[in-house]
Amino acid sequence: MEIFLSFLYTFLAGGVIVLLAQILIVKTKITPARILVGLLVLGAILEAVTAFKYLEDFFGSGVTIPIVGFGAVLARGAIEGARATGFLGVLTGPLTAASAGLSVAIVSAFFMALIFKARTKNLK
Amino acid sequence: MNKQKNQEYLDFIKEREPTTSLFPSILWAFLIGGAICVGAEALGMWALHLWPTLTPKDIGAIEASALIFLASLLTGIGVFDKLGKVAGAGTFVPITGFSNATTASAMDGKSEGIVFGVCAKMFAIAGPVIVIGTVVSTLIGFVYLIFRL
Repeated sequence: MEIFLSFLYTFLAGGVIVLLAQILIVKTKITPARILVGLLVLGAILEAVTAFKYLEDFFGSGVTIPIVGFGAVLARGAIEGARATGFLGVLTGPLTAASAGLSVAIVSAFFMALIFKARTKNLK
Repeated sequence: MNKQKNQEYLDFIKEREPTTSLFPSILWAFLIGGAICVGAEALGMWALHLWPTLTPKDIGAIEASALIFLASLLTGIGVFDKLGKVAGAGTFVPITGFSNATTASAMDGKSEGIVFGVCAKMFAIAGPVIVIGTVVSTLIGFVYLIFRL
């Protein structure tokens, strides 16, 4: 039962975040790329004011999987780096914290591009 | 006269503009976006069950990496595009969208070669996310450092 409730909160949080983004896409002329960047910055700011931790404790992947979570991870890396090793920590923190996801995204995109052809090009 | 023509033309394109109806699109975005998050949560719980020593940070990295790889693979085989057409923000706001952007851009660049095609084009859409994310978080880190928070 407890697990079901936590899944429900995760579902609702993730659902509501993308729902708001979808409304912005349909109702305004803001491009998806700008919406992504906006949500990313929002996540970083929420982490900076220590609010993100509470959201994460309650909603779990519902807030960490949307791009706001990526912003929060980067900011958390910077903050923890600043506390641990000062100046150098600020520089190494953000990308270290995001390194797993970034590496998978880059390596995977590289090999997918080698293996598969872009479908839109086949139409020509 | 010219102005009037312009206005007529603007009205004309407005009429023809593709419109997405709001309700079904936000419903699909909500359902698919929510489902992706729950899938990640379930995967994280399973990982913790298999390796109980994982930290919450490790779990977050595993969830994100798995979704990123899956989205990249689905983009490669052409399934992601179809899903994305229905889900809209439901697939591109979660981390899957970031992965789709790098993989799709890399595939688009393939015809221009490996170095300047695949590698350089890979970040055409995802680049801003990495740049802004790094810049903003580094600034936040310096604020913490300066004010000793």
